[in-house]
Amino acid sequence: MLTFESSSRGSAFIPGSLICQQQAEVPDLESYSKERGSRNELQAGVRSLRLRAAAGPRAGVSMAAGVAAWLPFARAAAIGWMPVANCPMPLAPADKNKRQDELIVLNVSGRRFQTWRTTLERYPDTLLGSTEKEFFFNEDTKEYFFDRDPEVFRCVLNFYRTGKLHYPRYECISAYDDELAFYGILPEIIGDCCYEEYKDRKRENAERLMDDNDSENNQESMPSLSFRQTMWRAFENPHTSTLALVFYYVTGFFIAVSVITNVVETVPCGTVPGSKELPCGERYSVAFFCLDTACVMIFTVEYLLRLFAAPSRYRFIRSVMSIIDVVAIMPYYIGLVMTNNEDVSGAFVTLRVFRVFRIFKFSRHSQGLRILGYTLKSCASELGFLLFSLTMAIIIFATVMFYAEKGSSASKFTSIPASFWYTIVTMTTLGYGDMVPKTIAGKIFGSICSLSGVLVIALPVPVIVSNFSRIYHQNQRADKRRAQKKARLARIRVAKTGSSNAYLHSKRNGLLTEAMELMGTPEEGHVGKSTSLAESQHHHLLHCLEKTTNHEFIDEQMFEQNCMESSMQNYPSTRSPSLSSHPGLTTTCCSRRSKKTTHLPNSNLPATRLRSMQELSTIHIQGSEQPSLTTSRSSLNLKADDGLRPNCKTSQITTAIISIPTPPARTPEGESRPPPASPGPNTNIPAVASNVVKVSAL
Amino acid sequence: MSGCSKTCKLGFVKCAQTIFKLITGTLTKDKIEDELEMTMVCHRPEGLEQLEAQTNFTKRELQVLYRGFKNECPSGVVNEETFKQIYAQFFPHGDASMYAHYLFHAFDTTQTGSVKFEDFVTALSILLRGTVHEKLRWTFNLYDINKDGYINKEEMMDIVKAIYDMMGKYTYPVLKEDTPRQHVDVFFQKMDKNKDGIVTLDEFLESCQEDDNIMRSLQLFQNVM
Repeated sequence: MLTFESSSRGSAFIPGSLICQQQAEVPDLESYSKERGSRNELQAGVRSLRLRAAAGPRAGVSMAAGVAAWLPFARAAAIGWMPVANCPMPLAPADKNKRQDELIVLNVSGRRFQTWRTTLERYPDTLLGSTEKEFFFNEDTKEYFFDRDPEVFRCVLNFYRTGKLHYPRYECISAYDDELAFYGILPEIIGDCCYEEYKDRKRENAERLMDDNDSENNQESMPSLSFRQTMWRAFENPHTSTLALVFYYVTGFFIAVSVITNVVETVPCGTVPGSKELPCGERYSVAFFCLDTACVMIFTVEYLLRLFAAPSRYRFIRSVMSIIDVVAIMPYYIGLVMTNNEDVSGAFVTLRVFRVFRIFKFSRHSQGLRILGYTLKSCASELGFLLFSLTMAIIIFATVMFYAEKGSSASKFTSIPASFWYTIVTMTTLGYGDMVPKTIAGKIFGSICSLSGVLVIALPVPVIVSNFSRIYHQNQRADKRRAQKKARLARIRVAKTGSSNAYLHSKRNGLLTEAMELMGTPEEGHVGKSTSLAESQHHHLLHCLEKTTNHEFIDEQMFEQNCMESSMQNYPSTRSPSLSSHPGLTTTCCSRRSKKTTHLPNSNLPATRLRSMQELSTIHIQGSEQPSLTTSRSSLNLKADDGLRPNCKTSQITTAIISIPTPPARTPEGESRPPPASPGPNTNIPAVASNVVKVSAL
Repeated sequence: MSGCSKTCKLGFVKCAQTIFKLITGTLTKDKIEDELEMTMVCHRPEGLEQLEAQTNFTKRELQVLYRGFKNECPSGVVNEETFKQIYAQFFPHGDASMYAHYLFHAFDTTQTGSVKFEDFVTALSILLRGTVHEKLRWTFNLYDINKDGYINKEEMMDIVKAIYDMMGKYTYPVLKEDTPRQHVDVFFQKMDKNKDGIVTLDEFLESCQEDDNIMRSLQLFQNVM
């Protein structure tokens, strides 16, 4: 299965569907004049609805730019299917108004650009590719005039020519985004060469905006925060209020006091006459005990307050800082609880070691400590590997030294683990001298050990340091790229299904036209009007393929449904012969064709249009706001979103035909159940159906 | 024994060379040669008049065709990978690579592995503007994968399977395993007159000319340009 991002040339095949997935309400100049005629209101409404319905998938659909030029080749290659096919092929769409390709002049603030008309029409969902540019046509000079930045227009026009959108580095990011928004181009299709730069600049800009917003917000009062939320904000960000700042400094002071207390406790404080030198902790034990109690009380209160204010208590308990807090105050309480007997006092003393963890509480107060901790965590694997290689070297040398010194008498190298100490001391060039080799072999190997120690220890240190920064930045970039890649793949996949769904949609539109004709409303084939010639030719090509293989394209949901139904239904007797798989493929195909059965997406029952007189056409009108689309637009300034909305109103119309066939025996299931009135086939568009209005035309 | 000592000597020499390189620090050398491999193959087609004379296209049509061709393949030739990618754009539902492969080999008449603009335009001229006889002969050439002048069932199976692959997974009715085989059987029933298991060019031409559907569909793409 070919993927879209294989080669460098492959990136030129960006489907036009990534452009402007908005369905902008560009009023069609010609349709206005037609609709003003006196018609049945329902018919006019239906026609306009269908116009916009056909415009729906057009936004998500058009084929790749330059590849449209190869459409004649693809169609010619279809001749290879002809002898294999058993059914006659559908007629080719005729291009009625076949214009010769003409040069059009685009005047952008005085600078004239010229290009072929077909170049611009490659992306019919942008301003330049659609009829929207007619609004900018200047009759006097017979050119299209745009009062915009000519520098950025150069990039925009190159996009039409090459299929790749580039981001010039000297350009301001918001100016560029504004221009892209004007021309109806989504910035997501920026080519790989410039995408990272674009995203970086955009992120910086967004951060700048956020900082501006935050500083604005900090001056306003937050009316709707609860007491708990205010407390949490105060804990996390001490600069929010004076009380928080006071609390911050008080806890910092007490942490310092507690740490100093622990240290000073052990200093020998001078002798009490009559006994040996005592550490201060035992001399002034009451004072120290009081200090300790005060500190622990403050820490306990702080911990409980934080626990109360935390938005997610479970997550708070699991966090590193809270564990440090708990470990810092636990020894005190355990000491209170335990009695002063001899066996446990040893363990109790050990517990006091944990009091030193209070120093880690400073990391809440110091940004640098936090960064260091994070960096160590992220480089843990490198450190681990380094340790492992060091261990290998130590074991090797210790073994060698042990066996070399085995012979000498009174040797300190009593065992290999005992030699570890010598090896470490020598390799780190410490050289305490408490263990020295005495044999000649031992001295030789000892010197090799110290020489290689320099290599092994000294070299990795700068490597680790540079590793830190390299790995840190690399991880960040790799994660960014991976996230972007996933998102881009998803978008490309959506575009791909969009183009395949376009064909299905146009098929249904064609059926809708025929159904409408049956109901007696004279239509003028408006559906074909909005699809470009290239698109209708492409659809004709796919239709030929369907006819060649006697199978139809359907979308994924229908496929699953069919699978489920075929597994559920095991009534061989009631199956109508047209649907059973049966050896004569020609008869199947041709008999189906003569019966003119149409597989309508909403009804799982293929219904005959000619036979069933009760045909209920339900047209769903979904007026959805689609906020997701505005986020995909390039507007960075979030406040200006409201300004954008009126321009790009999204009104999505999906059409659904539900038919209730009169003779129940025609259905393969053997029962006629009214098919569910579900919304239309555009399931891949994330629509939020807010107002669903049903209009039934009988 | 002498051979053994020879290999030993060779090994020893190599070892000494490696140690020498290790000491002088020239052990790893940058592979500069690999970078020069990416030369650009550039091909320019013959003049416009010559092509116009050789094919059934007008000058203007040739211009449009060349512009599209050059846009996708600036080097002037298209290789199989690019061919497959371009063809796959038109069939997003399924996998068009096998059919594109056969097409490529039908276009690449000289079997060089790349299709120049002249080959491209010649084939298009046959397919779009040629006589029925020429079209059918081209199609026969397409089906005859090993170019031996006969189509046997395996070749037809491959072709039909490639066509069905382009449909993809989500079809109605569901594609069964033996659908291509049945299709091929029908085809052979129609085409193979003397029932010898292979279809020759004459059988093919005759059978196709008898079938109205095929005749009509061959005229379908007449006005593609």
